[in-house]
Amino acid sequence: MQAASNRIFTRQDIIAFAILAAIIFVVLPVVLDSFRLNLFGKYLTYAFVAVGLVLCWGAGGILSLGQGVFFGLGGYCMAMFLKLEASTPENTAIQSTPGIPDFMDWNQLNALPWWWEPFNSLAFALFAVVAVPVVFAFIIGVAMFRRRLGGVYFAIITQAFAAILTILIIGQQGYTGGVNGITDLRTLNGWDIRTNEAKEILYYVNGVLLFACLAIAQFVRKSKLGRLLIAMRDQEDRVRFSGYDVASFKIFIFCLGAAFAGIGGAMFTLQVGFMSPTLVGIVPSIEMVIFCAVGGRLSIVGAVYGALLVNWAKTSLSESFPELWLLGLGGLFIAVVMLFPNGLAGVYSEHIAPRIAALFKKSVPEASPKPAAKAAAE
Amino acid sequence: MFSGYSMGELGAIFAMQGFAGLILFSVFVLMALGLAIIFGQMGVINMAHGEFMILGAYVTYLTSNVFSAYMPELFGIYFFVAMILAFIASGLLGLLVEWGLIRHLYARPLDTLLATWGLSLILQQTYRSVFGAREVGVTIPNWMMGSLPLTDLIEVPINGIFVMVLATGISLAVYILMFRSSWGLQVRAIGQNRTMADAVGINTAWTDRLTFGIGCGVAGVAGSAFTMIGSTGPTAGQLYIVDTFLVVVFGGAGSLLGTIASAFSISQAQSIMEFFLSGSMAKVLTLLVVVGILMIRPQGLFSLKLRK
Amino acid sequence: MSDPKTPKPVSGPNRRAVLAGGTALTASLFMPKELRAQDFPTAEVNTTGLAVTDDTVTVGILHSVTGTMAISETGSVQAEKLAISQINEQGGILGRKIEFIQEDGASDWPTFAEKARKLLVNDKVASVMGCWTSASRKAVLPVFEQHNGFLYYPTFYEGLEQSPNVIYTGQEATQQIIAGLDWVSETKGAKSFYLLGSDYIWPRTSNKIARKHIENFLEGSEVVGEEYYPLGHTQFNSVINKIRLRKPDVIYAIVVGGSNVAFYKQLKAAGIDPAGESPLVLTISVTEDEIRGIGGENIEGTYACMKYFQSLENENNQAFVSAFKEMWGDDIVIGDVTQAAYLGPWLWKAAVEKAGSFDVDKVREASPGIEMTTAPEGYVKIHENHHLWSKTRVGRAQADGQYDVVFETAELVEPDPFPEGYQ
Repeated sequence: MQAASNRIFTRQDIIAFAILAAIIFVVLPVVLDSFRLNLFGKYLTYAFVAVGLVLCWGAGGILSLGQGVFFGLGGYCMAMFLKLEASTPENTAIQSTPGIPDFMDWNQLNALPWWWEPFNSLAFALFAVVAVPVVFAFIIGVAMFRRRLGGVYFAIITQAFAAILTILIIGQQGYTGGVNGITDLRTLNGWDIRTNEAKEILYYVNGVLLFACLAIAQFVRKSKLGRLLIAMRDQEDRVRFSGYDVASFKIFIFCLGAAFAGIGGAMFTLQVGFMSPTLVGIVPSIEMVIFCAVGGRLSIVGAVYGALLVNWAKTSLSESFPELWLLGLGGLFIAVVMLFPNGLAGVYSEHIAPRIAALFKKSVPEASPKPAAKAAAE
Repeated sequence: MFSGYSMGELGAIFAMQGFAGLILFSVFVLMALGLAIIFGQMGVINMAHGEFMILGAYVTYLTSNVFSAYMPELFGIYFFVAMILAFIASGLLGLLVEWGLIRHLYARPLDTLLATWGLSLILQQTYRSVFGAREVGVTIPNWMMGSLPLTDLIEVPINGIFVMVLATGISLAVYILMFRSSWGLQVRAIGQNRTMADAVGINTAWTDRLTFGIGCGVAGVAGSAFTMIGSTGPTAGQLYIVDTFLVVVFGGAGSLLGTIASAFSISQAQSIMEFFLSGSMAKVLTLLVVVGILMIRPQGLFSLKLRK
Repeated sequence: MSDPKTPKPVSGPNRRAVLAGGTALTASLFMPKELRAQDFPTAEVNTTGLAVTDDTVTVGILHSVTGTMAISETGSVQAEKLAISQINEQGGILGRKIEFIQEDGASDWPTFAEKARKLLVNDKVASVMGCWTSASRKAVLPVFEQHNGFLYYPTFYEGLEQSPNVIYTGQEATQQIIAGLDWVSETKGAKSFYLLGSDYIWPRTSNKIARKHIENFLEGSEVVGEEYYPLGHTQFNSVINKIRLRKPDVIYAIVVGGSNVAFYKQLKAAGIDPAGESPLVLTISVTEDEIRGIGGENIEGTYACMKYFQSLENENNQAFVSAFKEMWGDDIVIGDVTQAAYLGPWLWKAAVEKAGSFDVDKVREASPGIEMTTAPEGYVKIHENHHLWSKTRVGRAQADGQYDVVFETAELVEPDPFPEGYQ
């Protein structure tokens, strides 16, 4: 590592961010029609989770196979607010009990459960979108990391949580909408989110929020905390013996990843128009890991590309060759782990960037550009 | 919940529930034993474990078709043939997977999770393409159907007894292998000190491969047994993974006794709760309790060493 | 053929002209309307920009081809394609051949919503045949209502819905449940019921209706137990023990998906043989498709309430089954939902012809009252509430995987998605 990496945004970082910003804010809106732009907006919500995983897993060595839990919790908080707004007494006049969400009515609930009440307020809902996942992550983190539980054990337990939450949501359908999820969401504080214009605006909002998270992640990575994380991932005991409170750092980074995932979930609900337990369980949680892995588990910008590419491939392949998609996805998991463990970012930094740098340095015949290129991998 | 039952009936309830719990216990043992062998030896969690089980189930299906087409008189014993074939098939696939995939990733257990998940997707799609997306039905031989009446009120299903006998038999076989065979000796030696084992001439690579193969073979036999109680379809393997992983992790690494104890406690807890609560809540509570206990005692019930 | 409209023969060269013209005139008067596309100019039949040309009209097929639901939805896709090809052979609709765009919902509700939007907004299809689970329908419903699409939904479901943009060609809960319970109470003298189901909205809502009917409308009858197990659950020994202890007359089972196989196998293995009818097993969730996975010998003797069975003996069904086998192979089975999916394109065709237009608003207006006498189940009619009048039937499962029809309501049962007294 060179002195250059002490700065939060090196030149390579700024270039990488700028290219990504150009793609998200300029290229895609111009090239894609409204329908496909909305699809890419959906992919970008998964990018939040992938960025969080870069921090937790790539840097911190904490593999969470249950990020769907936090994505879902954030998404459900937003969905609850939107559903309450859509379930005004006028809209629900045909129900036995007007004024409550339709699925509660079918389940013979007569009144709104007390824990739904606070979601009438947008401020509370926005707060909950971040707070609820973070609180869960905190509890899980404290219980696990203080006991020095990590690695494979931790991964399996996050899977168990994904399973538990899915069964709970589906079983308690009077309170959560069950397997159907919370559907038919219409307005956000009076603004209709179903129109094409609204979806475009939400796409841009999504992009801005994503960059905010990217900035926070970059800050964390470049700070002393970031170096500690990498040290903890590689030699946890040594860090502990040096006097650092390893558990607290792990808890913090796990909560941060959960917060990102929660925001992603809320943006998903807004752009897609509903939230369901199919995004909470084991399978989607593991898929979120592959987005991060494909992009490069050490690169936050790479994670965004990973999310976009894998999802775009999924949509395209499933339209033309649905059976091929599963084989391709399985092969992708294996290939990423065996052949390019640092994902696309790794491929870029190990093969492409040196060649580009070599091209520029041709005129000045000297010391190898390789270290500079390797630093760009971070 | 106790109202409306006489004392005799309550006794019968507990007896039959206990038996249902024992059947569930046997199911868990069968599912988890294969994985426990692998996890204890190599610290690898094979996310495709369910698919190895389903391979055994499909082999059983094919065997039953072959027997009913060509050797109908021998149909009664086809199941035993099927189990042996299932062991071989899954075992061979396990050997192949270890050689091709797992052995490159021993230093990176988390990556093994991802790679084996990818493998499970590929296997699922393969099953779907070869056998069709629909579930296939396996015909049970006649002697396995029905139940034995022990008393007036207590009846126990025959295939439940069969599963229990099978689970006991396999556990014994694994125990004997582990503690009385040279392979078992090598496995334990590697478990205690891999470098030293290498130094004294044990072929650790082959032992690992054989371990993985045997673990997968046991999974295949389990899958074969499950054709009696569940469905066989491309995605059926997914139904078992969370339970299997929790049983193994709860039991502790490297301890067969731990796996068995863990399977027992989880199955009894779930089956007792199922009787008094609804199925969903029983499942959720069982999972929460297991996870809770794991948080308090992360090394599991009977671990030999603390795991990271 | 002699025809009063043909003018009397005229002699000379004019004769042939007159005969030719007369034949043409006669033929055009007797020819089915469908063949005369030029009488239905695109500008008149399509005022909302749908995918209609002078020769073709495009519809969408939206089902799961991959994922866990693929097993169930394959039959629906096959039925819809059969109906479309038969309609095209007869000349199409308003003189236009039907083309279809098929999308894969992949058993994933967000994907269903996405593909629905694509079909309606990008492809501008005139109607969509699709969905299977209630979750997928709930996910696409806002899309259809926002973009004014028209969906033909084939699965029997829990009711409690009535959208102006959907025609429900499958039964809603009261049509499946009430007549069946009445039958088992009258014919078999059943008094005690044990309700069992998978844990999500359809079984829960159906059992709620069943319970209300048993407790309020059946003499001296009671519900002795009600249990739910998570989707995908495979261990039913506990509930089988409870059933044994409670000794109900009827096990009312609404178990779904993979759990079905486990449940019936374990039931039989525990010594409760449905064929013995003590207790009697009555279900609303097992069609011929599901029996394939369960195994006929495991479920033999179970009764199911459906509106259609493959073994129905009427001319329409015999023609339907042989056409289906010709197109899709001899070893297929046809369940209730598959038949309901088959009705979709035909009902749409009838509505379009009655309206004389492909516009969704006009098709919607024209739909209530449309009858279909060529339905394999016999006869159906679209109700004002967009559901179908149809009969309820009870069948007894046989070892070969088919049902033996033992009961059929004398009259058509009126659909009632918001039943009074059952909520």
